[in-house]
Amino acid sequence: MHPIIKLVVQRLSLGILLLFAASAMIFGLTEALPGDAAQAVLGQTATPESLANLREEMGLNEPAISRYFDWLGGIMTGDLGSSIVNRLDIAESVGKRLGNTLFLAFWAAVVSVPLAIFLGLLAVRYRDRWPDKLISAITLTTISIPEFLIGYVLVYFLAVKMGWGTALAMVNDSMSLGQKLNAIALPVLVLTLVVLAHMMRMTRAAILNVMQSAYIETAELKGLSVFNVIAKHAFPNAVSPIVNVVMLNLAYLVVGVVVVEVVFVYPGMGQFLVDAVTKRDVPVVLACGVIFAAIYIGLNMLADIISILANPRLRHPK
Amino acid sequence: MTNELDYLKRRAGQGKLSRREFLGKTSALGVSAAAAGTMFATAVHAEGPKKGGDFKIGSVGGESTNSLDPAAAASQVPYHNNYQWGDTLVGVDGSGAVTNILAESIESSADAKTWMFNIRKDVEFHNGKTLTAEDVVKTMERHSNEDSKSGALGIMKGIESMKAEGDVFSVTLKDANADLPYLMADYHLMIQPNGGMDAPDTGVGTGPYKMEVNEPGVRHVYSKFDGYWGSDAHFDSVEIIAINDSTARTAALQSGQVHAVNRVEPKVAGLLDRAPNINVMSTAGPGHYVFIMHADTAPFDNNELRLALKHAINREEMVDKILRGYGSVGNDMPINAAYPLFDTGIEQRAFDLAKAAEHYKASGHDGSPIILRVADGAFPGAVDAAALFQQTAAAAGIPLEIKREPNDGYWSEVWNKQPFCASYWGGRPVQDQMYSTAYLSTADWNDTRFKNAEFDALLIQARAELDGDKRKALYSQMGTMVRDEGGLICPMFNDFVEGVSTSVAGWNGNPNGDLMGGQMTRQCWFA
Amino acid sequence: MMKNIPLTALVGLIITSLYFAAALLASWIAPYGMAEIVGDVWEPSSAEHLLGTDNIGRDLLTRMIYGGQTTIFIATMGTILSFVTGSSLGFLAAVLGGWADQLLSRTVDLIMAIPSLIMALVILAMVPVTVPVLILVMGFLDATRVFRLARSVAVDINVMDYVEAARLRGEGGAWVIFREILPNALSPLVAELGLRFIFMVLFISTLSFLGLGVQPPLADWGGIVKENKDGIVYGIGAALYPAIAIATLAISVNLVADWVLNRTTSLKGGRG
Repeated sequence: MHPIIKLVVQRLSLGILLLFAASAMIFGLTEALPGDAAQAVLGQTATPESLANLREEMGLNEPAISRYFDWLGGIMTGDLGSSIVNRLDIAESVGKRLGNTLFLAFWAAVVSVPLAIFLGLLAVRYRDRWPDKLISAITLTTISIPEFLIGYVLVYFLAVKMGWGTALAMVNDSMSLGQKLNAIALPVLVLTLVVLAHMMRMTRAAILNVMQSAYIETAELKGLSVFNVIAKHAFPNAVSPIVNVVMLNLAYLVVGVVVVEVVFVYPGMGQFLVDAVTKRDVPVVLACGVIFAAIYIGLNMLADIISILANPRLRHPK
Repeated sequence: MTNELDYLKRRAGQGKLSRREFLGKTSALGVSAAAAGTMFATAVHAEGPKKGGDFKIGSVGGESTNSLDPAAAASQVPYHNNYQWGDTLVGVDGSGAVTNILAESIESSADAKTWMFNIRKDVEFHNGKTLTAEDVVKTMERHSNEDSKSGALGIMKGIESMKAEGDVFSVTLKDANADLPYLMADYHLMIQPNGGMDAPDTGVGTGPYKMEVNEPGVRHVYSKFDGYWGSDAHFDSVEIIAINDSTARTAALQSGQVHAVNRVEPKVAGLLDRAPNINVMSTAGPGHYVFIMHADTAPFDNNELRLALKHAINREEMVDKILRGYGSVGNDMPINAAYPLFDTGIEQRAFDLAKAAEHYKASGHDGSPIILRVADGAFPGAVDAAALFQQTAAAAGIPLEIKREPNDGYWSEVWNKQPFCASYWGGRPVQDQMYSTAYLSTADWNDTRFKNAEFDALLIQARAELDGDKRKALYSQMGTMVRDEGGLICPMFNDFVEGVSTSVAGWNGNPNGDLMGGQMTRQCWFA
Repeated sequence: MMKNIPLTALVGLIITSLYFAAALLASWIAPYGMAEIVGDVWEPSSAEHLLGTDNIGRDLLTRMIYGGQTTIFIATMGTILSFVTGSSLGFLAAVLGGWADQLLSRTVDLIMAIPSLIMALVILAMVPVTVPVLILVMGFLDATRVFRLARSVAVDINVMDYVEAARLRGEGGAWVIFREILPNALSPLVAELGLRFIFMVLFISTLSFLGLGVQPPLADWGGIVKENKDGIVYGIGAALYPAIAIATLAISVNLVADWVLNRTTSLKGGRG
């Protein structure tokens, strides 16, 4: 078998094992939280009788271990089950939310990743001159401001004052792609500003690191243009750390945008997960947690494989 | 001048003049703001409501775990959902009086132990079924039987039996209760076909709007139900959008994406009111922001220490800084002027550092820090209010230490468990219900552990007392007991502060809940 | 050496030192007590209150100085903790390879795969929230990110000819890590250091946002932003000052990091 295929198979099976471990850990963590779903639902209106009745109905009187294995059994047959709090089908509600989250993440990535790498290359090309410093200062500023503040300031100026874009990023099935894109314009802008700096700086640093190598000097001596040297010789050798950082940020765009969802009232997975954690809706937490874990593990695997493919020394281990 | 006033009234009635413009112009004519406010409301009503339009509400308190089961409603979005598709038997209007909804008339036996509700005829459910007294019995049973998971279970305890005879639904109580109709107005008690025993969470009821889209935590869309029995409810459709972030809520109102929002932060209410197309409405209500001590747990089992803390809190400063004036000072009891039979003669407790220090000394407290647990989820601004309290207590030599708890799990882990914490009470329509819920020795929600046999006896006595003056005297006595011996530190009563677009007419504040006690989509219209 | 310091780095160095100095001297230079109520809500700036007052009438400048102390202390300690654990484990994984690498990498994957929000919620709901606990939780959660970067850089270096040469010479793992990998991995790590410091600052403010941050009346800059955020859309600047403070600190720290980065790369230039 080709070593790369062997590696992919190895990582895939490891990934599946990891998912099991992650689901067990998420279950354990959610169980360790104080309080249970019945208490969370009834809140201030709870009485001992209504609590007991609700616990019985939610099946919380079963031992934790058997609830976990019930869930696992369901997952094996492709059944995510239903929420213990509002009894809605999880596959359906998660499906909708996941679709929204991926939609937002996709457009934010489409804008930010190429832009970050381009700006990184530009910064290397004009190293220590004003374009480099300007790019650096602007991206550092945007990354240093809490994202909810960027969100509010943009909402205030663009939606409330100027009337461009919408304050709420509400999307639903009855909207056309154009309407949806209009609705998510502001959150995409905020997310782009938030993830840009990290990827751009890593691109710059990794390429500069490679630029010190002897072969780059050789290429320069061959008379290649600066851009050619960067694009053909430096970039491929700097891919590994860049891909790693890009992967981290893509994972963030999917998993970590709850604050942006709150500010723009975007119906994504983050808010869904937080609500489920707050209400101790364990099957929903598990479903969301495992999906997040799968996305993370998948991206991670992709990053590792790309790094290996990009580095000939790793591609052909001795 | 009268001509001019008539002209202004006509313009207001046609919706061409906002409330603020009207107040401004009439005050130039020498009309007081209060009188002008009433004039405006009458003028607008006189012109009569217009039909049609898609009305959108941005509301706090919507989670993706919400269900349409009225028994499970515990936050604002489910509260408003209930009032779209559902009807209660009776309601409570803005003046605190019981109104008939699905009941046509109410009668009681002389001893106030048996109550009879005549059920309205020819009322249709969204599924085509006709309402019967049997549906009412089943509904009440579902909320009160031994399997009940309802948020209303606590208030249904005094019921001994219920039955349906023809069009009459009758309730027999264990003990007399002159206020029973108020209990039937609870927002959980939406009448459902067969009481919702078969399908509790489908949103089928007798209400004015039919459920179209149910996306918990995102939005709920309703369309006007053609077979609705009532003559109110003027919109073609209603959409309730969950917007939990306060800044996003006001931004959505300002950019015109919604027509009304609840829970406007008091700090920005004045600023929001200056926006050209928005009115900020505030309605005084029975809701109160409190700090509660367990009166049976050391060191709070010492009344001197409780009195020291009660004197060491600066109520005016709290109303000023936490509520920005949208509220009133509390008097360490859960009752204020929003309640019927309130005795305004009870002396207001003042902020008095000398007395606080004196009581603190008398308590003999060892000087160890007194831990106050708070979370922003307890009430808006709770952490800030605690910081203010800490400062004034320190000035009286009382070592208060704030411990902030996570919002998540606050109501299950801190409230009603820890001996000293911040809390919020929405209040109840009548005094009996408030005291029975949280101050009776045996109440489940006695979150101050106030256990006083004399108080309990007075409460039962007042419940059966049908003479208003005597009842008022009993309540006054009880209020004073809670004030002087209880574990409740009540610095302030909060108003409902809400933002409404000027395109909406028919506003009529109701102290029983936010956005006109859930009645906004029924009583308002697009001007 | 100091003569060669470029202007930008000098500015960064000065601002960074000013912030650190203000943090150290907080109790001497702050005009009022940290939690003292001195005026009305959101007063504009005046001679008594240079930056105005906050959402309950405390002096904003005082809050900013004490907030800076908390923020800088927690972020610095957290960053040090995450870099020391993250990079040493990352290098170790790369040099040892095989099972040790798999074990470490997969454990890190597992921790990172669980949304950090659930992690933070759970851990901070189970143990009391104190400053050392915050530092430990934040440091270790962040160390996973550093680990991944350190390992991926080190793996690349580990297969370089000069490392193999060193191994053939019979040098041990420790020698390889400290003499070959560390110097060569330094520049991406230093570039990351500045950013991770900023992420730490933002992490504390996110925790404050969730009600899990430092205990009141203590404040951190992110917490002050949150306390005053409602005023933003009405032009009240109280929330903007801490945001500006975070941004200027971020830029200064990174200007210094860039300079260090340049210095390390030029040192290495001698070899190429």
